[in-house]
Parts: sequence; structure tokens; C-alpha cells
Amino acid sequence: MARKLLLEHINVPGINTLDVYRQKGGYRAVEKALKTLTPDEVVEEVKKSGLRGRGGAGFPTGMKWSFLAKPEGVARYLVCNADESEPGTFKDRYLMTYIPHALIEGMIVSSFALGANTSYIYVRGEMMPQIRILERAIAEAKAAGFLGKNILGSGYDLEIYVQPGGGAYICGEETALLESLEGKRGNPRIKPPFPAIAGLYGCPTVVNNVESIAAVVPIINDGGDEYMKIGIGRSTGTKLISASGNLVRPGVYEIELGLPVEEFIYSDEYCGGIANGKRLKATVAGGSSVPVLPANLTLKLANGEPRLMSYESLSEGGFATGTMMGSGGFIAFDEDQCIVRNTWNFSRFYHHESCGQCSPCREGTGWMEKVLHRLEHGHGKMSDIDLLVDVSKKIEGNTICPLGDAAAWPVASAIRHFRDEFEWHVKEPIKSLQGNYGIANYAVPIPKAEVKQEN
Amino acid sequence: MLKVEEQQPVEFSSALIAKCDEISSRYPDGKQKSALLPILHEVQAELGWLSSNAMDKVAAYLKIEPIEVYEVASFYSMYFLQPKGKYVLEVCRTGPCCLVGAEKLMEHMEQTLGVKEGEVTADGLFSWRGVECLAACGFGPVLQIGPEYTFYENLDNQKVDTLIEELRKK
Repeated sequence: MARKLLLEHINVPGINTLDVYRQKGGYRAVEKALKTLTPDEVVEEVKKSGLRGRGGAGFPTGMKWSFLAKPEGVARYLVCNADESEPGTFKDRYLMTYIPHALIEGMIVSSFALGANTSYIYVRGEMMPQIRILERAIAEAKAAGFLGKNILGSGYDLEIYVQPGGGAYICGEETALLESLEGKRGNPRIKPPFPAIAGLYGCPTVVNNVESIAAVVPIINDGGDEYMKIGIGRSTGTKLISASGNLVRPGVYEIELGLPVEEFIYSDEYCGGIANGKRLKATVAGGSSVPVLPANLTLKLANGEPRLMSYESLSEGGFATGTMMGSGGFIAFDEDQCIVRNTWNFSRFYHHESCGQCSPCREGTGWMEKVLHRLEHGHGKMSDIDLLVDVSKKIEGNTICPLGDAAAWPVASAIRHFRDEFEWHVKEPIKSLQGNYGIANYAVPIPKAEVKQEN
Repeated sequence: MLKVEEQQPVEFSSALIAKCDEISSRYPDGKQKSALLPILHEVQAELGWLSSNAMDKVAAYLKIEPIEVYEVASFYSMYFLQPKGKYVLEVCRTGPCCLVGAEKLMEHMEQTLGVKEGEVTADGLFSWRGVECLAACGFGPVLQIGPEYTFYENLDNQKVDTLIEELRKK
């Protein structure tokens, strides 16, 4: 059995309450940090752990913390990004629903490390039940003396507030989130300045994902060195993977980074294989924004080595044959799924969610949706395929925030790997309306790499 | 021309104003505009939607210009700028839910309720619409019902029919 750091006690009845959470060792990290460590020592442990941001970008959390400016007499803020909206990702909702105190405890330790006396958890507005759960957990923690003035006699003061969003994917981008938290439209800001210098209300601010903040708890309990021993290479620790699509057992799984993708999909400890006895056609390994891969490249690298669930292995081969870890939203497509239809669906999503600030994204996402719509509905032309590639290239890298890239990559990668399926939609419009292209050769195994023997 | 509903004067209950006061206290002095999104949720929960009169009242409460409220209310997808049914059934229509049947479920809802997406049933009870990813992809198809955004997972036609019947009886 793999080690579990975040979900170890998920099945304990009442783990959502402070009492049970404490019986299972909860709030030890707060006592340890506030009573025996300095803020800088907490930052140092997180740096040592090698923890990388779990929201999608994978930037080292400790390094992000160390960039925080600390001018005299200016407030600093920690803002937790709980605006989980990436299609395929639902781990934060799960964590907040079942173990809310893991997030609250992480917030207290992290706020202490950063010297923040007010912290906000920005939760997407649709998660009203989770907002109520967090508010109750905060009230419990406050009543037990873990929040408020002079926490545990350490002289450190902290208040945590929960802020609901209004239903906008773009607010998962950290500067758009800060704009939204200031009561404005969620338009991402031009960087620099980065939030570490000028964030919420123009003050130095750190924005971290729910899972990153929760992971600080085991790091402080066991030490950064212990955390670093789990995982593989620069992908340290455990990661929550949201598994969805045509799987026998979709759901949230905590894995040790470095687990083979094949084991994750097929073993009974995790997803249990493809539902209804079908075959795997393709996957999106890290949330809708990352490149889609055919089954053969999902399970194996281009050289035939097994692909692993780690930041490095998933991106091995660049965009030509690889993808990204992203937020860990693992979507599996069986042989009956249509890649063109799904790409159109994702394009509609990005068109709907574009904030409209940058014209390449505002206009380009609309064009891509329109062209994909006609391809899917039997009115496409062969030239549409290259037109899509062209539009996606003109969005990528030409926008203030990464939403443009996130909209471009799924389209570009779908055409890169499934071009014959797009062409089939043009050549056989009637058939494409009635049925699907099927699995073709997307699951043909990649030959094992030849290992040269050195004499 | 403004519809009749939009011309109706709006009153906030004392409970709503107390809630707004509590929300405003979460932010540093002078930064009360941060309360805008949470307050709009509270107003919508009480009134069912955000009329321009209601938004003007929020602007006056927060001492900001009405346009600052309109631009926010029209940007975010959760705020209703038109009256809706008492129960708004919001079905996730994004990729992962479609892999497990969300599109067929929406067709079924359209037939069962007899209204198109965004419209209100004759009895004023129901509206439905497709919304983007609700972050429950492993438990799809899913739908939510405001204002508390009660969540329903692993749906099929039968479960939706039962849900609609239960709501009708309430």
C-alpha cells in the first residue's frame, strides 16, 4: 500500500470535526510550528520538502514563499486558491468536504510562516456546501484557540475568512483571483509586479492551491527531509489525482509520485481499468488544459519505457509525445468516445470562460469553437484542420494569462495525435454524425526501447 | 424598455442587512468593496435574482458607483440578471460529464420540464441550464440547485424525475 499523507483518515467517521481530527493527530503541526519553530524555519522545511504547487503550474512552493516581500509596516496576505474549476479536477472539493481541518491547519501554519495576520480562502461560489463546511471548521478552530489573538500563547494573531467566487474559471488564475477578491471582474493583471510584491490591496501576497497548503501539515509534522524521500526525482511527496471518464472506479486517489500510469489505470488499488470492458483510447492526464494523448503514448514514452505519474515523466517528450501533470485531473476516454466532439466541448468551455481582456483569446477561442462545431456536425472542410492549428498558434503565448495557452493546447494536441479522426469527419460527414471513428491504431503498443549493451 | 419586475422597488430585510454588515467586517478598513461578490450572493438568495434596483441598493450600501456592481454581476455566471424559476437546475455540460451522459440528461430535462434552457416553467417553479465544470467529474452527471447549491451526483433520467417530483411537492 502506498503511503497516504492527506487522505489517511478519510474514512474515519467524524473526521470533519475538530475533536476526531485532533484524536488522529490533527493540529500537531500548528503546535510544533508556533511553539518550537520560527517563521523562517517553517519556510525552510517547505523548501527542503521539494513540494511543488499542486494547482497546475508545479512551481516550488517554498521558493514562492521566499519571494514574498516584507516591507516594514505593510500587511502581508496568504490567499488560498480553492476556485477549483479545471475540467477533470475535483480533488480540492473532496478534501474540503471530508477533511476541512487539514486545510485550516495548513492555513494556520502557512500564514505563520509568511507573517500574515489575515488570510482568505477563495472558494468558487458553486461550492456553497463546502463554504459552510469551512466556516464551521474555522469556528471550531477558533473556539479551541487555534485562531484569533495570541494563538497558543505564541503572540501570533490570525483570522481566516472564506470568500465565495461568482462562477468564473478565470478566477483560478492568481491575479484574477485577487481582482475578484477585491470585488472586481476577474481580469488577470499584467505581471510584473508579481503578487509576492504587490498582490491583494497592493500588499505582498502568496496565493497557494488547497492541496499545496494541506501538504504543509505533514511536511511540518515529519520534516521536509522525510517528505522529500517520497516520490521520484524532483516530483516529491504524494499527489491527489482526480480520476474521471470511462473508468471502473473514478474518484480521488492519493498516489506517491512516480507510480506507473498503467498501474494507476488498471490496478484494483486505483481505477480498476476501463469501464464496461472497453479499451482505452486516449487520456487527458492533468486537467482539460494539458495536451490529450492517445492510449499508447499515455502508457509508454516514445522510447517504449513505461510512463510514470510524475511532473517529469508526464512531460517527457515535450508536446510532441508528452503532456503535463497539471492539476492532476486524469480523464480517460474509452474506444467509443469521439475526440473531435470532446475537443469541441473543451473549446466551448474556454470560449465561455475567456475574460475577454486579450483579443487573441477572446476572438480565437470563439473561432476555434465555431470551426470545431462545424467539423463535429458534418459541415467541416479539410482546410479547417490547418485553420485550427493556425488559430491555436496565434493564441498561444500572446495573452496576459495562461488561459490562452490552456485553450490552444487541447486543440493543437488533438490534431497532432488524432488528425486522421478529424479528416474522417470531413470525408465521412454522414457516418461521423451516426457513429464514431473508434479506436483506430491509437492503442497499438509502442515497442520497448532497444537497450544497447556496452561491452 | 424595462420589464415590470425591474421597476419594482426593492427592500432588503433587516436580516439581510445584518448579514451584509458581518460580511463587510471581514476586510480591512476602506476595502469594503471586497464584500461585493458575497453580498450579491446573499441578495440573490433573498430576492431570487438581481434586478437593477437591487444592484443600485447594493451600490449605495457599499458606497460605490452602480456601474461597479453591474460590471461584476454581468461578468460572473452565477448571478441572474433576469427572473428565474424557484428552482434552477444547473447541469454540468463539460467534457468529463459528457463522457458519462450529461448531454442525454439535458435532453431528458428539456422534455420533462417542457421548457428550453434558461426558460421558466408556466408554474414558475423550474428553470434549467447547462453550466461549465462543477468540479465533480468523477461523480457525473451532476447538477446543483441554488441558493445553497445542493448537489446531486451520479444522476440518470430516473433520479432526475424523482428529484423534480420531490421539489414539486415541497
